[in-house]
Formats: sequence, C-alpha cells, structure tokens
Amino acid sequence: MNEPNLRKSPASFSWPKLSYRVWMVWHRNFDVFLNTLKVNFFPSLLEPILYLAAFGFGLGGFIPSIEGQPYVNFIAPALVAISIMNGSFFECTYASFVRMYFQKTFDAIVATPVSVEEVVAGELLWGATRATINATIVLAVISAASLFTAVPLVSSPLFILVPLIAFFAGLLFSSIAMCFTAAAPNVDFFNYPAFLFVTPMLFLCGTFFPLTSLPIPAQGLAFAVLPLTQVVNVVRGAIVGAVEPILGLSVEAILAYSVVWLVLATVLFFVMGINLMKKRLTS
Amino acid sequence: MVSNEVLIGASGLTKKYDNYTAVNGIDFEVYKGECVGFLGPNGAGKTTTIRMIYCFLLPSAGKLEVAGFDVHTECRKIKAVVGVAPQEDNLDPDFSVLKNLTTYARYFGISKDEALKRAEEQLKFFQLEEKRDAPIMSLSTGMKRRLIFARALINQPQVLLLDEPTTGLDPQARHLVWDEVRYLKKQGVTIILTTHYMDEAEVLCDRILIVDHGRIIEQGTPKQLIEKHVGKEVLELDYDEKLPVLLKEAFQSARIERLGDRLQVFTDQPHGVFEAFLQKHKLQNVMIRNANMEDVFLKLTGRGLREE
Repeated sequence: MNEPNLRKSPASFSWPKLSYRVWMVWHRNFDVFLNTLKVNFFPSLLEPILYLAAFGFGLGGFIPSIEGQPYVNFIAPALVAISIMNGSFFECTYASFVRMYFQKTFDAIVATPVSVEEVVAGELLWGATRATINATIVLAVISAASLFTAVPLVSSPLFILVPLIAFFAGLLFSSIAMCFTAAAPNVDFFNYPAFLFVTPMLFLCGTFFPLTSLPIPAQGLAFAVLPLTQVVNVVRGAIVGAVEPILGLSVEAILAYSVVWLVLATVLFFVMGINLMKKRLTS
Repeated sequence: MVSNEVLIGASGLTKKYDNYTAVNGIDFEVYKGECVGFLGPNGAGKTTTIRMIYCFLLPSAGKLEVAGFDVHTECRKIKAVVGVAPQEDNLDPDFSVLKNLTTYARYFGISKDEALKRAEEQLKFFQLEEKRDAPIMSLSTGMKRRLIFARALINQPQVLLLDEPTTGLDPQARHLVWDEVRYLKKQGVTIILTTHYMDEAEVLCDRILIVDHGRIIEQGTPKQLIEKHVGKEVLELDYDEKLPVLLKEAFQSARIERLGDRLQVFTDQPHGVFEAFLQKHKLQNVMIRNANMEDVFLKLTGRGLREE
C-alpha cells in the first residue's frame, strides 16, 4: 500500500453512498419549513385555486367539453401534476442554490459526519417532500371544488396514490433541478431552465389542452421525452381513471410507458444530480 | 499537557488546482494536547491545509492522518472527533442562535436532550444567553464569531480547528476566545489555529509553523523563533540620513532595517545595550522594546503586500 496517493478528480459517475444521515439534512429543511409556513407556504396555496377559477370555471365556461368531459375536469389532474413540478423544481434550484452559495449551509454541514452526497440526497428528498405537500393540497382543493361541478373532479379511488406519485415524480424534478444547480454560476442562471424548460412544459404536456391537438411529431416528442407529460398521464390515471389516447395508444400502454419512464429517469437523474453536485462542492 | 502521541501527521501533503499549487508537499506533526499556530500571509495555504484536515478538500497527493484515521478513506470518523470554526460566517440564517447549535448537534447524532444541554452550556460560556432566541441576522460580527466557536465545540472534539478565530473581534471578545482556548488546552484538546495577529500566536501557541507559498518555511516555539531570527531587543527611531552610519558603528553585529520613516535595530545582545547610544545622541521619538513574533514573521515572509 505504498503507492503514491495521487488522487484523480472525483469520478463523474458513481453510485452515491448514503446513510440515515440523509434524513438529518431533510429534517433541517423541514424545520425551516415549519418556521416559515406563513410566508412561504400559504401564499402558494392561492395559485391552484386561481388556475382552477380562471381556466376551469372562467375559460371552461366557453369550452363545451374535452374527451367527453367538462373542461374543468380535464385540467384538474394537470394542476396536481404542475404543483409537483413547481414545488420540487424551484426548491432544488433557487432554494438549494441559496443554501449552497449564499448561506454556505452545505459547507457547515459537511464539517460534521454527514457527507456531501448525503447533503445533496437530503435536499432531493426534501424537494420530493415539497412536491408531495403541494400535490396533496391541490388534490384537496380540487376535491373541495367538486362541490360546484357537474361531474366530480376526483372520480377514481386510485386518487389515494397521488401523494406517493407526487413523492417520486417530485424526486425526479428535484434531481433534474439539482443538475442545473450544480452548473449554475449565479442565481440568474436559473432563468434558463425556468423559462426554457419548466414554462414550456407547463403548457405543452397535455395540461391545459389535449396533447392530441398538437401535430403528430410534437405529440411524439412531448410523450417521448418531456417528464411532465408522464406525470400528467400517471396523475390523470389515478384521479379520473383514464388518460388521453396519445398517438392512438391504449390506456395501459400509455401508463406503462410513463411509469417505466419515470422510474428510470428518476434513478438516472438522482445519481447524476448527486455526482454533479459532489464534483462542484469538492473541487 | 502535550504528549508524545502524534494526533495529526502529514507527509508530502499537496493540494493542486488546475494552474496553481496551494499546498506544496508539506510535512508536519501535531502532538496530542498541543496548540499549534499556522501563520502566513494571505494565500500561503493555511486555510487549504485546515480544510484538508477536516476532509473538506481531498489532498492531491501525500499522506494525512488525523486521530489515527486516513483522510482518504475515513472521513466520517475524522469529522466525528474534529470541531471546526471556519473563517467565513456559515451559521444557518434560517434558525435562531440556540437552534443553530441544536441542529448542528443533530448532524453528529447527538440526542435532543443532550444537544440542548450542551447548547445552553456553550451559550453561557460565550455570553450569548441573552441572544438565545435571536435570529442570526441580528448578531454583531463578534457574536457570530463566538457562536461559530461555540458550535465547533458541540461534539466535544478531540481536535479543534480555528481558522482566524478572532478576526474582527473587539479586545473583550478576543480575550474571551483566548480564555476558552486556554481552558480547552487544559482539558487536553488539540488545537490548530491560524491567525494574522502575532501577539495571539505568541500567547496561545506551543509551537508555530510559518507557511508561505504553500510550504512550511520555519517552525518552533515562539521563543525559539524570536531568538533565532530577531534576537532579544529592538530599538525603533525616526529616520535621519546620518543615523544608519552611526548605528552601524555603534552596533556592529546588529541588523538595521528602514521601514518608511522609521529605523529598526535588532540585537541579540543582553538588555541595556542601546541606552548608552541614546544618552550620547539625544534623539526624539525613540522606543526600545522586546523582539516579537511580528518581527520574525516580517523577516521571513517579507514586507510585500499579498493579494487574497
């Protein structure tokens, strides 16, 4: 063992070694969340209500129906999916960047037995938790709004799976966000992913109008590569027990594709996000 | 008390960045219970060395062991027994003063009750009790430094790393920090500190390592270093063009330096050597003082300003 200890820079891809300490990092963010509930959380509640009122009830009044259902029933599951994306993506871009860069919170934590990988994993799990909280709230909002609709907005017993779906889909968006955070030279950099990635998905993933009204190639592209499309499919499946027939595929085929896509992408980006952040923080 | 047991050992320790070597193959040992000071100009490699000791940075080459553990493979064990007070403020602004300490304790796996007990003790010692529930934003620089120090002790470390612990502190707060360092030394804690205050190094450190351009250029006890490099006494007086010649004649073995409009004469002769000269020449604005670490430092590292 007397070989010279020459270290290469950390490998660009390795399986993160994680322990229960991940939850210590999660716990820190959870504590802050509880402390700042009033300013950080309640205002964000207003957003789904506004979307539902403006698009669902306002604009929806002029739209006869989509896929045989009232417009408000079409967008309700999409609002849950959007809240998953926004909750986790913004948590692991702007909020994580502030903790890493301005507050030096990560630097402080890695001086304890918690490792860099665990810090990042804790952040990702927290992002997934934020997505779960947001999605659950929106689910409650649309359930309550069902009192005012002809057809209930939540019509499948599988809606009970929404928090679980939100957690894993949230983990995916958190992990994608973390890859951007690892590359961000400053906080303004996030304008790129926010306006070029998140905002387009907000409108183009079968959210406010059916994917099937896009040209076929765009439909294929949105279905093949955009993460929000998969989340919308799965959430719609859970809440109303049906999905849009994209490219003429069966409900089962669409759901199977979306679930497998989400699982693989989550694993890939989770590992990649941790690796990229580790590289940034230790060199 | 300082023992023979080596607690931190480095050999050939190197940290390279793309086009710059921050630490260039240094060797040093720190014994259990010792307080060692790393002195050096900005950019000398002090902070980089400290950061390698607590596994914040991986060495590019060389060996480094802390408390018997290798920094390449056993970081978790090292970090469990090391306390770190970094130079920059990385307190958690999302929490109160107390919650900063208890949250930090949780990262070490310390139970809630024990964390609270230790946190309260630290707040008392560092005179921060009144600020217990205050947000970090409301603290003065001095209070933040003290809280960072308190936080470094929450895991009752064997090794304490203090990176410029008193920068920006008023004299009262500085003495509080010094008292704590002395107290911890008595408890057998091994301490490494970096500082730009030479008096601080002289008062607190058993041994001093002077670092420059990533290398250790000299080491020893403060007394040894002062005697070896500057001697015993220093005569300081206003510059006058006739003086250097007169001084050379009077003190042949002394080193004479001009510092702006002042002259400094360093001697290793016994006390009283300057008095006769001063009586003869009736000079104004004269001071005789003991040689100190600052003289050593400036002699070894030069007077040029360093950029960060």
